[in-house]
Amino acid sequence: MRTRLQKWTLLLGAVAFLALPLVSRAQLSNEQIKTWLNTPAATSHIGNITGHAPDAKYDYRRYCVGCHGELGDGNGENAKWYDPPMFPKPRDFQLAVFKCRSTPSGTLPTDQDLFDTIARGMDRSTMPQWSTFTKEQRANLVAWIKHFSPRWQTEKPGTPITIPPEPEVTPERIKAGREVFARVSCWKCHGVQGMANGPSAATLTDDLGRPIEAFNFTTGARPKCGDTDQDIYRIFMTGLDGTPMPSFADNIKPDEAWDLVFYLRTFMPQHSKERELAKQLNLKPVDPNAPAGQQ
Amino acid sequence: MKERSTKNRYNFAAVLSAVVLLCCGALLLNPNVNAAGEGKISGTVKLSGTAPHMRGIDMSKDPYCAKIHASDPAHMENVVAGSGGGLEYVVLYISEGLTGGALTAVPSDEPVFDQKGCMYTPHVLAMDVNQKFKVTTSDQTTHNIHPNPNPMTGNIPWNQSQPPGAAPIEKSWKAPEMIPVQCNIHPWMHGYFSVVKGPYATTDASGAYTINNVPPGSYTVTAWQEEYGTQTAKVTVAAGGAGSADFTFKGK
Repeated sequence: MRTRLQKWTLLLGAVAFLALPLVSRAQLSNEQIKTWLNTPAATSHIGNITGHAPDAKYDYRRYCVGCHGELGDGNGENAKWYDPPMFPKPRDFQLAVFKCRSTPSGTLPTDQDLFDTIARGMDRSTMPQWSTFTKEQRANLVAWIKHFSPRWQTEKPGTPITIPPEPEVTPERIKAGREVFARVSCWKCHGVQGMANGPSAATLTDDLGRPIEAFNFTTGARPKCGDTDQDIYRIFMTGLDGTPMPSFADNIKPDEAWDLVFYLRTFMPQHSKERELAKQLNLKPVDPNAPAGQQ
Repeated sequence: MKERSTKNRYNFAAVLSAVVLLCCGALLLNPNVNAAGEGKISGTVKLSGTAPHMRGIDMSKDPYCAKIHASDPAHMENVVAGSGGGLEYVVLYISEGLTGGALTAVPSDEPVFDQKGCMYTPHVLAMDVNQKFKVTTSDQTTHNIHPNPNPMTGNIPWNQSQPPGAAPIEKSWKAPEMIPVQCNIHPWMHGYFSVVKGPYATTDASGAYTINNVPPGSYTVTAWQEEYGTQTAKVTVAAGGAGSADFTFKGK
């Protein structure tokens, strides 16, 4: 005969066991999050616009909560239908780890970074371009996003990297970019022709262990964090936090970075000067087995 | 009225000097501040039963890595047990009983985490909270160093590349946590940054360890192994003395 205590222990144990798979990294309560709603950290500054978190409440409820969830943890009611890597899971704002940043790996993004991401959307995911919002609405939503994580209360965003003015595209620069592509081993994941079929591509996972794909340059898709030359420069210099894409800021000099941007453009099917020049140069893909510096 | 305020001032001065004296005294007498009287805790960590099979690693994805291990294939290092049953890469630290300076002091040496032969050397790198450590590469192939802590602890994940010849990366962690670290380019490369508060040690190939700089006191020592979790033991260290604690993990 079991005592009442034993029965309760069993029951609670069973409940705890069943709840285990639901536990994610972020476990903040609604009460805890509410305390950050009116803090100075839960504001945003975009140019001369100041965003206030409480003013985004209804927009978030109407447009964002379905995926990002009431607690901002990315567990909205639609989230369970998204199967990575085809459809990445919604961002968990409680962790405050963001892909698209102008700041170094391991630091918080700037308000402008989040503001741009909302308007740009996330290509190859269910995050649409919210360019229909007014700038004030977006600024308020940035502030709202910042009230979900304790990190914004204690940390400052990183210092954005400096992007020097874009130089003229030349055949020499494209060839130099090909050397950089080989030297820092972009091809290990992205493939020698930018087709995301490098030797390490198949085993990639994100920080929560979910499968993720390297960017395929050849499909005409837009890179996740923007498709201007400056965006591409920023992507590989700061890395996409939470994903296997590391930061190369310490290992690619600013001038070389522009060479690499031009070389990456030669993979992309959109018409470009880089693509024309690559054709004239009859550029071959890099040789994975060539010794360093002998491409 | 005037007389009273002078008296107050005297009182204030007396209290102030008492506080200053007490503070100086506390600093001088505090047994946890450095040097004299510090002891150590040592012992061995063993594995009982048969050690689990550690798979050989197929490095054919990267010919550079495969060539290094051509005659002597590398194996996974999740459980490394020596012939005498000694368990390597177990992290030992004091989980209870530390106070004051012993808890907050940060060692000035910088442990090094090297990437060598497409493996992490050592497989587990223990360090104190806020202690600086270095990530280096001895390889002629590009690695990315991608520690994956839980940001809710205060440790923020980062991911940096390190091509051949790149400068060491110097970092530190803010909170105690066993942080898995991996290379996405070489998915078999997997290790840990074991961040703990206070003095620590990692077992060598024979399973032996020594935690140095332990002030006298009664402590709970925790042994952590990535597959088997934690075990604890109570240890008392006399001034300048040595405590000991042995641990045995059961093979699965």
